[in-house]
Amino acid sequence: MSQGTVPGTPSGRPAFDRAGRWVDRLLRWHAALVFLFLYVPISLVVMFSFNAGERTGELRGLSLRWYAHALDDRFAMAALRNSLVVGAWTSILATSFGTIAALALQRTPRTVRAAFDAITYIAIIIPGIVIGIATLIFFVNLFGWLNPWLDFIWTSAGLGTSPTIGTGLHTIVASHVLFTMAIVMVLVRARLAGMDRSLTDASFDLFAPPLRTFVQVTLPQLWPAIITGALLAFTFSFDDYVIASFVAGPGQPTLPMYVFASIRRGITPEINAIASMVLAVTVTALVIVGVVYRRQARQGRTDERWPSTPQ
Amino acid sequence: MTARGSAREPTDRAGHRQTAPARWRSHIVTALLLGPTSACYFLLLLAPLVILIIFSFGARAPEGGYTPAFQLDNYLELPTRATAFTNALWMAAGGTLLCLVVGYPLAYYLATRAGTKRTLLLVLVVVPFWTSFLIRTYAWLTILGNNGIPALLDRAGAGHVVLLNTPLAVMLGIVYNYLPLMVFPLYVSLERLDKRLLEASKDLGAGRLATFRQVTIPLSAAGLLSGVMLVFIPIMGEYIIPALLGGGKVFFIGNALVDLFLQSRNWPFGSAAAIVLILVILASVSLYLWLGSRGQVRRDVSIL
Repeated sequence: MSQGTVPGTPSGRPAFDRAGRWVDRLLRWHAALVFLFLYVPISLVVMFSFNAGERTGELRGLSLRWYAHALDDRFAMAALRNSLVVGAWTSILATSFGTIAALALQRTPRTVRAAFDAITYIAIIIPGIVIGIATLIFFVNLFGWLNPWLDFIWTSAGLGTSPTIGTGLHTIVASHVLFTMAIVMVLVRARLAGMDRSLTDASFDLFAPPLRTFVQVTLPQLWPAIITGALLAFTFSFDDYVIASFVAGPGQPTLPMYVFASIRRGITPEINAIASMVLAVTVTALVIVGVVYRRQARQGRTDERWPSTPQ
Repeated sequence: MTARGSAREPTDRAGHRQTAPARWRSHIVTALLLGPTSACYFLLLLAPLVILIIFSFGARAPEGGYTPAFQLDNYLELPTRATAFTNALWMAAGGTLLCLVVGYPLAYYLATRAGTKRTLLLVLVVVPFWTSFLIRTYAWLTILGNNGIPALLDRAGAGHVVLLNTPLAVMLGIVYNYLPLMVFPLYVSLERLDKRLLEASKDLGAGRLATFRQVTIPLSAAGLLSGVMLVFIPIMGEYIIPALLGGGKVFFIGNALVDLFLQSRNWPFGSAAAIVLILVILASVSLYLWLGSRGQVRRDVSIL
């Protein structure tokens, strides 16, 4: 703090911030109201999931019947399985593609990098609905062109009926990978840009081969970005309704598609039960990630301390 | 950084010696690493977009779908769907403004006054962002539905009020879903703000409001601009919120597109609408980049 200002308030807040009391109070009340606004609707969803009654809006005693109902629902569980499969594949593919591309882009000339960046941003800003439509048209045309060829090859080789390629979970994964890969790339590139090059240089000076340098020096620094990217990719894929609803195959809905269709049919507390379970998984995952990050951040701080001491 | 390259194996990094075969190998490795991503971009983004552009000049096949043609009819017919575009634009602008009005004081509070609770409160802003979009929208369906607030109002003697399937419901859903996206960048820019400048402003006799207007807002302009972009663009392409809370009465471009592609199966017309949506979004991003670069220039000048 510079000299000549009034000392800070007891709470440690510097003097310039000691606005009139009413500004403080107004801001605090505003924040409280916003948090209520953010959390009341979600809490209501969870509350009504324990409803013993038939309808979501009226609470008639507590029970777990809707959870049992949801877990017994063959279609909901199939949709959940589809979503998990799609999410896992999207996460794995997007994270690996995005990360290796981010690493490779460091080695390319500036023009290539600029072109890649431009396409990456286009992939991110184009609305899901347009991606869904465009990839659907593309897949329909591609398969319409490919399947006769497959048929031709199979019949001329005398293999009997040829397999036909259609839309399905794989097309959902493909269109999810496009967007999430771009996100992973942006995250990893940001991390690479902020990385300390002297560590890599030191590793090379100590005669570590490139691969070893990568595994022991670069990769540990990239993990936070890679994990965040993988989680974002999974969350996006698991949560997406718009793109999936276009490119999904017949009879293979994902969980959001199932939930959306159920909402359209009429609201029952079963949707609330499914929603609450998804929420519980999300929050648990977030807590785990938070704990891991905190530990890592603490380790990072101690790691940083000793190389800087000799100065 | 001198004479280090000679001591170890050749690498591709600038300033180090390399033999020609090593350089080639390095190029090939780079190309291979970029391969999967490039393939995805070409097959799943560029090719579909090119097809979309081609389709937008085509004609509708009698049974639905597309037949080749070259005409501008689809674009000329777009005014028949103008409501979807104006709805989306107005609601996106209004929603962005509301997010800003609600989000700025919250970000300001978090950055300057939250004290030790800051981390916890930030996490509380983040958590809804990570939970399912569909569930968050569904939550409002119950609240605004006939058993929710309208029933309470009815019991309180306010008469029968319809909240669901109105622009108000859609607006609520938009603010609820996109508020965190506005708060993050605002918080970051307000948190980074050099507090000494506020002190200086005060020392120079500026009142609280003058300091806020002339120091705080200009210095958080970058975060403000990013927040506006992060919120405005996805709202323009919104589908779920109008579909669930607008009930077909409040129509966005996304809903028009679904209608055109899946119900009336007029693919060329839908393609034209999609292309115009992309153009609107690209235009707003360009505006954002232009404003951002102008701000940069002004900041540099002000340092001089």
